[in-house]
Amino acid sequence: MTDVPINKRADPNDIRDRGLSETPEERASYLRAGHTLRSWFLTTDHKRIALLYLVSVTFFFFVGGIAAALIRIDLLTPEGDLLSNEGYNRAFTLHGVIMVWFFLIPSIPNTFGNFLIPLMIGAKDLAFPRLNLLSWYIYVIGGLCTLFVLVAGGVDTGWTFYTPLSSMFAHGQVVMAATAVFIVGFSSILTGLNFIVTIHKLRCPGMTWGRLPLFVWSHYATSLILVLATPVLSITLALIAAERLFGVGVFDPKLGGDPLLYQHLFWFYSHPAVYIMVLPGLGVVSELVTAAARKRVFGYWFVAGSSLAIAAVGFLVWGHHMFVAGQSMYASAVFSFLSLVVAVPSAVKVYNWTATLYKGQIAIDPPFLFAASFIGLFVFGGLTGLVLAMLAVDMHVHDTYFVIAHFHYIMVGGTVSAYFGALHFWWPKMFGRTYPMVWGRIMALLIYLGFNLTFFPQFILGYLGMPRRYHVYPPEWQVWNVLSSTGASILGIAYLLPFVYLLWSLRYGPPASANPWGAAGLEWTVPSPPPKENFVETPVVDYPAYNYPMEMEEGARG
Amino acid sequence: MSALPFWPHEASAYSAEIDHLALAFTVLIVLLSAPVFVLMIIFAVKYRRGRTADRRHPVNSRIGFEISWAVIPFAAMLVFYVWSTRLYFQQHHPPGNALEIQVVAKQWMWKFQHPGGQREINELHVPIGRPILLTLASQDVIHDLYVPALRLKQDVVPGRYTSLWFDADTVGVYRLQCSQFCGADHAVMGGYVHLLSPSDYARWLEQAGTDMSLASQGAALFRTRGCSGCHGAAATVKAPKLEGLFGHEVPLSDGSVVTADAQYIRDSILMPHAQVAAGYPDIMPTFQNVLAEDDVLKLVAYIKSLAAEPRSKP
Amino acid sequence: MVDQPYSTVLQQREAATMGMFVFLGTEIMLFGGMFAVALGLRLTHPREFVDSSMQLHVWIGAINTAVLLTSSAAVALAVHAVRARQFRATSVLFVIAAVLGVVFLGIKAFEYATEYREGLLLPPVGVQRLFMDLYLVSTGLHALHVTVGAGLLAAVAAFAPQRATLVENTGLFWHLVDAIWVFLYPVLYLAR
Ligand code: HEA
Ligand code: HEA
Ligand code: HEC
Ligand code: CUA
Ligand SMILES: [Cu+2]
Repeated sequence: MTDVPINKRADPNDIRDRGLSETPEERASYLRAGHTLRSWFLTTDHKRIALLYLVSVTFFFFVGGIAAALIRIDLLTPEGDLLSNEGYNRAFTLHGVIMVWFFLIPSIPNTFGNFLIPLMIGAKDLAFPRLNLLSWYIYVIGGLCTLFVLVAGGVDTGWTFYTPLSSMFAHGQVVMAATAVFIVGFSSILTGLNFIVTIHKLRCPGMTWGRLPLFVWSHYATSLILVLATPVLSITLALIAAERLFGVGVFDPKLGGDPLLYQHLFWFYSHPAVYIMVLPGLGVVSELVTAAARKRVFGYWFVAGSSLAIAAVGFLVWGHHMFVAGQSMYASAVFSFLSLVVAVPSAVKVYNWTATLYKGQIAIDPPFLFAASFIGLFVFGGLTGLVLAMLAVDMHVHDTYFVIAHFHYIMVGGTVSAYFGALHFWWPKMFGRTYPMVWGRIMALLIYLGFNLTFFPQFILGYLGMPRRYHVYPPEWQVWNVLSSTGASILGIAYLLPFVYLLWSLRYGPPASANPWGAAGLEWTVPSPPPKENFVETPVVDYPAYNYPMEMEEGARG
Repeated sequence: MSALPFWPHEASAYSAEIDHLALAFTVLIVLLSAPVFVLMIIFAVKYRRGRTADRRHPVNSRIGFEISWAVIPFAAMLVFYVWSTRLYFQQHHPPGNALEIQVVAKQWMWKFQHPGGQREINELHVPIGRPILLTLASQDVIHDLYVPALRLKQDVVPGRYTSLWFDADTVGVYRLQCSQFCGADHAVMGGYVHLLSPSDYARWLEQAGTDMSLASQGAALFRTRGCSGCHGAAATVKAPKLEGLFGHEVPLSDGSVVTADAQYIRDSILMPHAQVAAGYPDIMPTFQNVLAEDDVLKLVAYIKSLAAEPRSKP
Repeated sequence: MVDQPYSTVLQQREAATMGMFVFLGTEIMLFGGMFAVALGLRLTHPREFVDSSMQLHVWIGAINTAVLLTSSAAVALAVHAVRARQFRATSVLFVIAAVLGVVFLGIKAFEYATEYREGLLLPPVGVQRLFMDLYLVSTGLHALHVTVGAGLLAAVAAFAPQRATLVENTGLFWHLVDAIWVFLYPVLYLAR
């Protein structure tokens, strides 16, 4: 064309206009559909909102990570020399609050769920695009409140906000911190609501429930928890705020109120919330494992159903956090039993993934390595969860480093690995570029090693009796703490690596094809990066999920 | 076990049993997770992409498999469930002949009172070879008494009494910690448990001796705080006599019946309007802001000491 | 008209209604937390809970229940009206419901004031106080919902009485606010 006006910037509407290092797909993609700040901050495109989340969630991961670094440095020596007693308490409180509510809960659902659910079910967007944007703004406001708490002196209640410590005794910004969590809760609720309606109402023709990718199933289960559990947390935090601000307290033991009532309400939310944190990761791993093995998942319905089972039973086990809190022993026995029941659907998932690998065509790419780390660390974290569910053992290890190790195995070893696995798997789809595989493999290995070095010693510390939330400890425990801090440094460095090579790939990475992994799923049928409206034509599905070629005929040879 | 550097001291038979349970569970963990680790590695090597291997396989789901790998681990787990729940229940039924010690936690110290009236702070001296029952009360926030060598801990909750008992069998000095986050100095709210031979304990009691047992300190409070004005023999107010009260059933004005245990006595003193004894006017004032938790415990000890005497009817 | 991700009007309507129901689910869980507190309090202090409850003004509460139920009826009629495309009637009925909402708030305020004068509202000690705190927080939260609901009703009546889905969903919200009161009233006032 000769009569093209001279334009510095590539014209997204003209496929043939080659801008600087831009592929035609990129130019037609959602990434280039509008360049102004406004086009990002007022976007209703789920893919752009996903990127907004990606940036903000990663930011909070590093804020929480810096708090973790402070904790680990302080724990290098038995005396509390780096931080004062109060300072240390503030460090782990903010670490917990930020990591749980501002990183882990929104991490996979709000970035990858947002980006992928419409693509996976053949929809143009989520059901309520403006609500989706609103939910990001609410998240940001909550985040700003947290940052305010950070600079205004912090809180020292622990992420659990136990009364009457939080409501009557703690100094610091308890009300502001509770407000931050309260606000971010609304963001969770809106996202969950959006996902539920989207999955129900916007599936493309032929996309029956039995053909949904497992990623979507697990997000469906997650959304149910988000929607049903979060309001209980909201009201609980509101009650604490009311007590601190206006002196209208319903937990005050001096008036005959019951501090355990608070704990019941808190854990009624927070135990299901741990499944909010892990179910999306489980969904990611199902995708990564099938794609790596090029094989249909073993027992689709069992894996899909187990997500719902975890969500449902997960509502019935909250009391396992209160075995030594003074609750009735019969209640404890019931909660202990139900905690074993909730392990069964997890077992189904883990063993089915293993079976999926059998006779697959396994590619040892970064996504698979992350998935494998996830499985290993989740199994270990989950099984030590069962140790905690054993009443008599929990009397010994409750509120020790054993608990810390248990949940970091699942949340960091598990979900954070899944988060990075998802990032490495869908990066080419999101940005249209591939990154050097070597670096991805190195990062996966470093995380695995650094992680185990950080948190395995904590199981031993816990069994030795080191209580959590302690920064002054007897000298004989120093060895284990030094090991743990060493591991944390490796882990910290490993987490910084992707900044280098993923950002590098944005500009210099080789362009990715529509389906670089040869994976099944609707999201791989659209160009990388996808166009603004996702699908030029509404897709029609007439094949099952994960219909990898070798499944089509029995007894194929590889 | 205790010889290993990564193994905590065992100071009672119960600790040893917990350790056995934990070790057996570790074996189970290995058994349950080994298939996953081993098979994952074998498959990743054998069926690596690009490698030729026999990849023929039948239908991609076998109900039988899936049921069995859900049910078998669960059944194995049930054995441990029964084992540990039994231990836990045992831990909630203190034997009747236990030596009772009263513990008050406050930010950030532990106060102990022996039946003979001896008091100590952050140190607890008890004899081995007989059950010890700790009654725990908190003055402010939730604390938690944790003795790793005994494999035991119990939250100390404001507004209610909780308890913990043990039967230690190894003399020694062991760490005692607060393991429920309780504010600024949580990390240094600890001390030591001294497990003594019975004769050493007797000697310790003597040198720490006071002239008044806990119950008689309670009796003194009972007079000085004005309880006797209503509950005493000479009182004109219509208030129940407290002799023979402890451990017996008390009919309440709302028709229900409760057993007068320590918690009931405590609530009667601090929240008298909550449960009013049947047949009496609801006139007893609250002592909420007047009595500290350790004073209340002394009064409880005193009222308990009256248990032997016959209960007088209104 | 059909908005971004939808292909048919029907699909869009169904999605909106479903979204509303899910939202109502979250509201129920929110107040569920309140009811759990009430249950906990009642179980630990049955006698004083009942005593405190007796002191509330049952009749004021009863009148308020009637007011809210009437407004709910108006909303139900409004939904009928909008289906019959009688937009004026919809508007009027919504305004009536909103006004009844404001009446409810007025009576509630009068009740708080009376209780304050009687020294009932913030008694100094004991389970009494606990009960009144619960009463304040839960009725306050409910009053907040009434305020929002009345505002929504008025706004829809003024600007969009012809948007059937919006009318229905606002109506659903109002019914929920009403239903919550129908549970709060016995739990707090009739707990004897
Ligand atoms: C993502 C987060 C996450 C997840 C998924 C879990 C999962 C589980 N958790 Fe964990 N947990 C936390 C996060 C999480 N937890 C946190 C944050 C705390 C501390 C909170 C605080 O106090 O600050 C905690 C604390 C905690 C406690 C209280 C400890 C204490 O304070 O004393 C208990 C006790 O029962 C427990 C149990 C369990 C169990 C039984 C599971 C199960 O769901 C695990 C199921 C998985 C498996 C079992 C592994 C895979 C299965 C197999 C390999 C098959 C074989 C097994 C069988 C069929 C039996 N957890
Ligand atoms: C949900 C997610 C989550 C995540 C991702 C993490 C990540 C980490 N956590 Fe944490 N943690 C919690 C949730 C989480 N945690 C919760 C809920 C608690 C309980 C809080 C409470 O008791 O109230 C807790 C408590 C907790 C404790 C116990 C504190 C105590 O009780 O006294 C410790 C101690 O080691 C710890 C360590 C770590 C480490 C080393 C990491 C690492 O994985 C982090 C690695 C990341 C980085 C290090 C950042 C990236 C690197 C840099 C910014 C460069 C600079 C860093 C170095 C040079 C080291 N965490
Ligand atoms: C003004 C009089 C008065 C004073 C002072 C008083 N009491 Fe009472 N007390 C009563 C009355 C009347 C009852 C019965 C009604 C009730 O249960 O509240 C009672 C009940 C009790 C009960 C429950 C007895 C039962 O049979 O159920 C205990 C225990 C008790 N008081 C202990 C004390 C102690 C300890 C003190 C001092 C710290 C004290 N009281 C001071 C009047 C008094
Ligand atoms: Cu007391 Cu921690
Ligand atoms: Cu839990």
